[in-house]
Amino acid sequence: MTTRPGAPEPAREPDAGPGGTADDGQPRDPGLQPERTRLSWRRTALTLTVVTALAVRLALAGDTADAALAGTALVMWGAVLPIYWRRGTRTGPASVYGPSFPTVALGAAALALLGVVLVLRGLS
Amino acid sequence: MWESIRRWFDPRELRSVGSTPDYRFSLANERTFLAWLRTGLALVGGGLATAQFLPPLPLRHLREAIAVVLLLLGGAVAVRAVDHWARTERAIRLGEELPASRFPAILALTVGLGALLLVAAVLVTALGGR
Repeated sequence: MTTRPGAPEPAREPDAGPGGTADDGQPRDPGLQPERTRLSWRRTALTLTVVTALAVRLALAGDTADAALAGTALVMWGAVLPIYWRRGTRTGPASVYGPSFPTVALGAAALALLGVVLVLRGLS
Repeated sequence: MWESIRRWFDPRELRSVGSTPDYRFSLANERTFLAWLRTGLALVGGGLATAQFLPPLPLRHLREAIAVVLLLLGGAVAVRAVDHWARTERAIRLGEELPASRFPAILALTVGLGALLLVAAVLVTALGGR
């Protein structure tokens, strides 16, 4: 990995901090950045799950219950969940870029638009 | 607009500029993106909850209007999150200043103003309903 001049060097000293060294002899990042990023993906996946549940409930509530719209929300949830799973269980320097970011962001935006449809449907 | 959307999905473009930074910077940028995404999802969740758990308000369709505004705001936050992530990553790779943005201030003012309006609505309902 090449680092820009002026960028702080990754921790390489033996006394790098509480992290110590990993089993493979590589100094461990004392900031635990990959772990924090993995947990961040899992938190986001949990948030998405709760929001999807709210959308499904709204779709099935009242006398305008619509299984198709509820199914759409579930399918959208299932479509992006593998990305969250992949990122939440393994984050390395090699997987920093990719279509994961726009896919999950547009997935959230699509859920918002589905929500607008659900709300406006109750007005008519 | 379509050009920038295409660019979000194409990692080669981003990888071709500048030099690869310390991976911890990229991971920090990734976590910032996820924090914004959760903010957007929270707004979407708030809109969905408003639509189904708030009792009907005295003003006709006010509840639905609040829900739609929250939903659209949440969607905009999510889309803006990925755009900001890409621009920040690009700036990190090129060693430039991080992109400045008015968006957090606008979002904060919008949410704060909305909260004040709701406080007023609650007070009017409570005082007028006696």
